[in-house]
Amino acid sequence: MLLIACPYCGNRPETEFRCGGQAHIARPSDPGSLSDEQWAEHLFVRSNPRGVHAERWNHVHGCGRWFNARRDTVSDRFLETYKMGETPQSQKSTSTDSTSTQAEARA
Amino acid sequence: MAQPFRLSRGGRIDRARPVRFTFNGRTIEGFHGDSVASALLANGIHLVGRSFKYHRPRGILSHGPDEPSALLSVDRGPGRIDPNNRASVVEARDGLKTLSQNHWPSLEHDIGAVNDLLSPVFVAGFYYKTFMWPRKFWDKVYEPFIRAAAGLGKAPAVPDPDRYANRHAHCDVLVVGAGPAGLAAALAAARTGKRVILADEGPEPGGALLHDVTAEIDGRPASEWLSATLAELDSRENVILLSRTTAFGYYNHNHVALAERVTDHLPSPGTAPRERLWQVRAGEVVLAGGSHERPLVFADNDRPGILLAESVRVFVNRYGVAPGRRIVFATSGASAYAAALDAKAAGLAVTLVDLRSDSECGPELARLKAAGVEVLTGHTVIGSKGTKRVTGLIVAPVDRAGRCGAHRVLDCDCVGMSGGWTPAVHLFSQSRGKLAYDERLDAFLPGTSAQAERSAGASKGTYDLAAILAEGFAAGAAAAGSDERRSFTATPTLTGFRPVRAMPTDADPTKVRAFVDFQNDVTAKDIKLAVREGFHSIEHVKRYTTTGMATDQGKTSNMNALGIVAGQLDKTLPGVGTTTFRPPYTPVTFGALVGPARHALFDPIRTTPIHDWAEEHGATFENVALWRRAWYFPKAGEDLHKAVARECEAVRRGVGIFDASTLGKIEVVGPDAAEFMNRIYINPWLKLEVGRCRYGLMLKEDGYILDDGVVARIAPDCFHVTTTTGGAPRVLAHMEDYLQTEWPDLKVFLTSTTEQWAVIALQGPKAREVIAPLVDGIDLSPEAFPHMAMRSGTICGVPTRLFRVSFTGELGFEINVPSDHARAVWEAIWEAGQPHGITPYGTETMHVLRAEKGYIIIGQETDGTVTPDDVGLAGMIAKAKKDFVGKRSLARPDVVASGRKQLVGLVTDDPKLVLDEGAQIVADPGQPIPMRMLGHVTSSYWSPNCGRSIAMALVADGRALQGGPLHVTTPEGFARVTVVDPVFFDPKGERIHA
Amino acid sequence: MLEALYRTARALPLGRAPASDPAGTGVVIKPAGAEARFALRIRDAGASAAGLPLDGPINSVRGDDRRWIARLGPDEWLIGCDESEADHLPAAIAADLGERAHAIVDVSHRNVGIDVSGPLAAVALNAGCPLDLGEAAFPAGSATRTLFGKAEIVLIRHPGAAPRYRVECWRSFSTYVHGLLAEASLGVGETARR
Repeated sequence: MLLIACPYCGNRPETEFRCGGQAHIARPSDPGSLSDEQWAEHLFVRSNPRGVHAERWNHVHGCGRWFNARRDTVSDRFLETYKMGETPQSQKSTSTDSTSTQAEARA
Repeated sequence: MAQPFRLSRGGRIDRARPVRFTFNGRTIEGFHGDSVASALLANGIHLVGRSFKYHRPRGILSHGPDEPSALLSVDRGPGRIDPNNRASVVEARDGLKTLSQNHWPSLEHDIGAVNDLLSPVFVAGFYYKTFMWPRKFWDKVYEPFIRAAAGLGKAPAVPDPDRYANRHAHCDVLVVGAGPAGLAAALAAARTGKRVILADEGPEPGGALLHDVTAEIDGRPASEWLSATLAELDSRENVILLSRTTAFGYYNHNHVALAERVTDHLPSPGTAPRERLWQVRAGEVVLAGGSHERPLVFADNDRPGILLAESVRVFVNRYGVAPGRRIVFATSGASAYAAALDAKAAGLAVTLVDLRSDSECGPELARLKAAGVEVLTGHTVIGSKGTKRVTGLIVAPVDRAGRCGAHRVLDCDCVGMSGGWTPAVHLFSQSRGKLAYDERLDAFLPGTSAQAERSAGASKGTYDLAAILAEGFAAGAAAAGSDERRSFTATPTLTGFRPVRAMPTDADPTKVRAFVDFQNDVTAKDIKLAVREGFHSIEHVKRYTTTGMATDQGKTSNMNALGIVAGQLDKTLPGVGTTTFRPPYTPVTFGALVGPARHALFDPIRTTPIHDWAEEHGATFENVALWRRAWYFPKAGEDLHKAVARECEAVRRGVGIFDASTLGKIEVVGPDAAEFMNRIYINPWLKLEVGRCRYGLMLKEDGYILDDGVVARIAPDCFHVTTTTGGAPRVLAHMEDYLQTEWPDLKVFLTSTTEQWAVIALQGPKAREVIAPLVDGIDLSPEAFPHMAMRSGTICGVPTRLFRVSFTGELGFEINVPSDHARAVWEAIWEAGQPHGITPYGTETMHVLRAEKGYIIIGQETDGTVTPDDVGLAGMIAKAKKDFVGKRSLARPDVVASGRKQLVGLVTDDPKLVLDEGAQIVADPGQPIPMRMLGHVTSSYWSPNCGRSIAMALVADGRALQGGPLHVTTPEGFARVTVVDPVFFDPKGERIHA
Repeated sequence: MLEALYRTARALPLGRAPASDPAGTGVVIKPAGAEARFALRIRDAGASAAGLPLDGPINSVRGDDRRWIARLGPDEWLIGCDESEADHLPAAIAADLGERAHAIVDVSHRNVGIDVSGPLAAVALNAGCPLDLGEAAFPAGSATRTLFGKAEIVLIRHPGAAPRYRVECWRSFSTYVHGLLAEASLGVGETARR
């Protein structure tokens, strides 16, 4: 069972959380303007890296807040968790590890 | 004579407290502190089981958790029978019944032993090679045969009467293993004041110190150091010291699972739990689980009476038991010399055979010779003699090239063998740490850590007592954040061994059976055969030969098996690698894992405030998500069909009362509430007046229907949302997700009120008359309170949100009242309804009535791939809205393509035939197989109000097929049906506005 | 007809059982009486409303047994009070919050309270609650939403030195939560420790 640092509540056991898949995929502001291909990309295409992955978590049985996390999918180590709307530490520095997701690339 | 092999003195057993248990019906006497194994040996019993495959006589190999052979069924009374207990870890106590396994008719005379004579047939991969053809034999012949032959022991047949507990615990430092390393670690960590848990699987902490009677620590006997250390740990509030507690699984982020055996050793457990599962989250973990001794691989090395050398020492020193009177130790290393010295000191006849030459030996050789023991160095073991008990060991001088000299038989009644040591790296490996091979120690050791843990002592390949203590202390201190170090003085430990995979022999290696894995009856030649047949990956060899599987998970066998594979492949050990160490370390009962989650506590059973009334009125219940809902209310002599028919007619003719409390409810509040609703639902909300309701449909972003429900506008900034029963958590999560992550600018707050409001649905032409006298503050007239309106007022003095809505097509109300008042209000309505023939109805009638009206049910007409248009609800989509969740997907090519399945009604040619829900639909039943399936039946009922069966279905391009025939599968063949509009009753919808 | 009973005769799902220590293990379990509770949601809360402090840290509780406010998240509070306060408290809070967007939702009948006390109360709670309930991690005055077995609960540790906890769960989970607490109290004592 993972131990996850909720940005609001601190370390909590995994059972209190729900994982929401890849992070930083913003809903397009005007979906109607997207082509079918672009919409399909937004809806269905996700990265599945071996390594650091940015993902959404919801502290559903805690404070109820959604937040983002960067987790190494090999070791399950959380590099950081951060509130929605915040920038991860890795992007504040010049780090160039494999964290980049499609969404981050688009952003 | 009782306990003829009990030594006259020594051991940690309490000779003043005799215990009696039975083995295969025979009374065995032992002492408090005995294991079942030590008590059996004290009574001269070595033959305790038959092996898995060949049914060979097997004895006790080990004194500890790695025991592969001595597996017993233990009977602690009715319902308390467990198979496959290791005799070496079950504590002897009064009243226990133990039984040997895997034999018929008896342990002494076992028909299955014929397998031993047929052993040339039962080679590696026997099952894979034999039970292949013909195919028709798979189910009827092979599987029953394999099932009958497979497995050890019998599963218990009655429910387990014991209690099992669960406990989450947190500590700064978890120490696994209370041998010298673990004790020193716990001591160092405890002294920092940090929270420490020390868990040891034995009944008594101490590990090897419990049987090392000659070692001294810091100038005093090791046993004294042990007592003093335990006393200190016991006295500390910050330490939890757990005996009989196995750390069996090491999971993510230092989550370690421990199984504590609380009462099995007690004659009467009382109300205490039998076992307790500890789920420990530790800041740091110190692994001090010790090491496992390797058997020697030689012909017939599995005879009862052949033990591991250190186990002989344990039985002599800790239990005061002589496993034999004439003991031959066979070894390739130094530690067996310590066992031989102690056996000799206990007055037993001892000979030692060492594969190593004099020059390879250390000080142990001179010490043993000085004790007057015959030592044969440079000797191999060729085989053993005896059947149900070893009677002799065949040895021969051997040179480094493996050439054997003349055989010599050493008469004996016990053999203690040692092929070296394997550190117990299981938990480290489970923690995802990387193992590193150490050639000097011929062992895989903890290498790179993946979690906050460290190993100490024998589990790290450190075998000298003083070094173990210092290493343990340092590990404990470091785990507690201290850099304190200290050294210990201790008697030097006899260490070092020459790795040997299979003992050199002059026999034809294809003829001898030298067991590598005792539990799975895997021999050296089986492993070699597997490699010859192309299984080069150690994981494949494991599965093909089964070596390293089952309850002992290869604790004694893995390194020998790996070594043999490496030798065959001419690879190094690290080149071959190890198999995966999976939890559990030792077997864990299902009870411990299940804990209290049984019977009423298996899952929460959610009931409504009306539940007891329904029960009192004879309702039959069904499970809906975690809810238990009234299904139907049978009167005397009625079955489901009759009761539902009566309930259905009662609602349409008079009035029915239904408990709809399980409906999900969400209070959506805030200045942007209407805008939020607009984005979440396909419907328009901005102009919905306060006091009005709307049936809402929401989609996932992929355009498929997620949920539905009636929504009332309570105030300009407040909506009372209802969801399906099962969908309530899903919908709230869906809304919260969008609110928090996509539209954080919207000022809206969501609160679940599912359980704040109980909902009493009153449906039928008489509904208004029934509640009229009970309601205050609401004008119930049709003009003032039309269909799809909501009013606040009181009913029976209780505040209510009164909805005029209907899921039946009749005049109806859904009366929301605070839950704790619901039963009183329900009963008041029940009383008021008596003159009108009020009838309680359940979910089944609710389903039929709504199907008569063609109303969909989420999860029945929809399955996560259904769009609003598919179910004929495209008209609800607010055309003016630029966007809502799922809108863009409704223009996806596959959503707008023709050929999608559409909701239709089906009527059978035979009005009495009720189709099966899920039945497939085809256009032409005469077409060749595989047929083209057009869709399936989603709902199907007998409709009392229509006087015939009705069905709803999703059919490809179904709306265009209206009036036409289709064919539906039934158990008897195809049934012809006609496609109709899915509204079977009151198609104009007049009754609802009454 | 029911007017006279309203507010006084709530049919509580666990009834009005007295405090009990079913296992005699020092874990006292008592279903709470009829109380009022409100879910308060607001983003820019300010210091207080209707005398209830809103500036406490997330996962803390303030007040006393008769009127408490637990902060469960950055914009979420659970308020408990005597029924006698129920009618005017929401209006008083709303008045203090003024124009700031907020929600006060009555959840008095949604929630069921169970008081757990006694020296081994935390151990019993840890049978189903995965949190660290030690002094450092969950001191008096702590409050959080969490899990108890398979049910979601709000766990409150009342201010004061003695270990006194309030478990709040949804109505339909109360039988399960109460049953699991009783079962847990049977499992707290004995350990295989020598």
